Amino acid sequence: MEIGELTYFTIRCFKEVFKKPYELKEFLRQCYSMGNRSLLLVGITGFIIGLVLTLQTRPTLMEFGAVSWMPSMVGISIVREIGPMITALVCAGKIGSGIGAELGSMRVTEQIDAMEVSGTNPFKYLVVTRIMATTFMIPLLVIFGDAIALYGSYLVEHLKGDVSFALYFNQVFDSLEFGDIVPATAKSFFFGFAIGLVGCFKGYYCKKGTAGVGIAANSAVVFTSLLLFVIDFIAVFIADIFYDL
Amino acid sequence: MKDQQAILERDKKPEIREVVLELLDLNKSFDDNHVLKHFNMKLYKGENLVVMGKSGSGKSVMIKCLVGLMEADSGKIIVMHNDITSLNQESLDILRADIGFLFQGSALYDSMTVRENLEFPLRHHYKKFGKNVNTETLVIEALKNVGLAHTLDLMPAELSGGMQRRVALARTLILQPKIILYDEPTSGLDPITAKEIIILMQDIQKKYNTSSLIITHDVDCARVIADRMILLIDGTNYAEGTFEVLSASKDPKIKAFFKQ
Repeated sequence: MEIGELTYFTIRCFKEVFKKPYELKEFLRQCYSMGNRSLLLVGITGFIIGLVLTLQTRPTLMEFGAVSWMPSMVGISIVREIGPMITALVCAGKIGSGIGAELGSMRVTEQIDAMEVSGTNPFKYLVVTRIMATTFMIPLLVIFGDAIALYGSYLVEHLKGDVSFALYFNQVFDSLEFGDIVPATAKSFFFGFAIGLVGCFKGYYCKKGTAGVGIAANSAVVFTSLLLFVIDFIAVFIADIFYDL
Repeated sequence: MKDQQAILERDKKPEIREVVLELLDLNKSFDDNHVLKHFNMKLYKGENLVVMGKSGSGKSVMIKCLVGLMEADSGKIIVMHNDITSLNQESLDILRADIGFLFQGSALYDSMTVRENLEFPLRHHYKKFGKNVNTETLVIEALKNVGLAHTLDLMPAELSGGMQRRVALARTLILQPKIILYDEPTSGLDPITAKEIIILMQDIQKKYNTSSLIITHDVDCARVIADRMILLIDGTNYAEGTFEVLSASKDPKIKAFFKQ
């Protein structure tokens, strides 16, 4: 039942994107709000992931005398998988639940009805702008998170192995190929779309009552997280066909 | 039953007045729960019509069907000669500019200031005021009407319940509607604030000559404001008449509404 409704919701979203008015101001406000307010969280998470990944992998690589491969290994794993996935999961928790709670509360307090009665299309104003904003902002946050994670990794390498900034990042970029960056960036757009879509869907159709708002926020995070793994699997599967990973 | 028939014969010459809103044989069910059963109603130009009913009697469902927020199972809803059940979305949105709706909980957009709340309906209906519309002037005028011009840059959370209701009324008024629908306008307010809201509703009716449909179970509100009343019982218009006629009724179902 819910899958059918979500499919209808998605189709409606695609239809409304191309209809006037484009609500550009609200879209930019959402982009700023989502991007700016998630920077710190994504940055801290990315930094810690970079540090931990390097600290935990270093002893194993040293055993095999392969510690010089560290930048390549960390670079590929962060850009291909860990960066996009961790950033998307963090954003599902922060942005997805926020959207679910905000729209849910607007539904319960009849604000969405008030918009509709005033002749405004609330779907366009509230849903489409938010889904578009997450679709465009999550890839940017992923790039930011990747950069911070790599910097965290570099710090460990610099402290433990006296590796210079230039050498570390030269090795990282030398090891990265087109087939690493394109699929990772492409799936980030899908991650962003899924976060916005599920958050909006849960909030927009929130059942009456304050308990419904909590359920909307919670189920938005749970369902989005599950969906992110499914999208990740499909993306990796397709990338494997095209780029022979 | 005799008493009820007498009540239904209350209006001497309603047919010579212009009907701005009419519900014909409206039905609405939720699964096995028949909320509205063959409900009929007329609202005349410049009239204050109060619809009273117990909680869960279908008042809010009826008013939501009226503005297209809910779809009726069957029946016709004629608003200013337009059957809204057969209008497309664009025509319905245009028509909605002439229908104001005051929500029970005010429904102010809590992420926007009072100014932005009032400007919001104008974004899509600015054509109604011509090309050289001055939004600021319209907003200030609407707020002055409810005595809250000083709250322009406040957030809804910074206002009291009564002030929020008045700002919501200002937002309703900004499009200068011909019909105003009030969903429990005094619920959740203390008696003094409720009285202020009722007086405000009367002033607005006099100033703009609007037709008002008021959904309430507040007898005091009905006494002051109603030109005519409908009692909604078991999804049907059980009785119709002036406050004086209905409150003097001996029908136990009608009497139950007026017991204080």
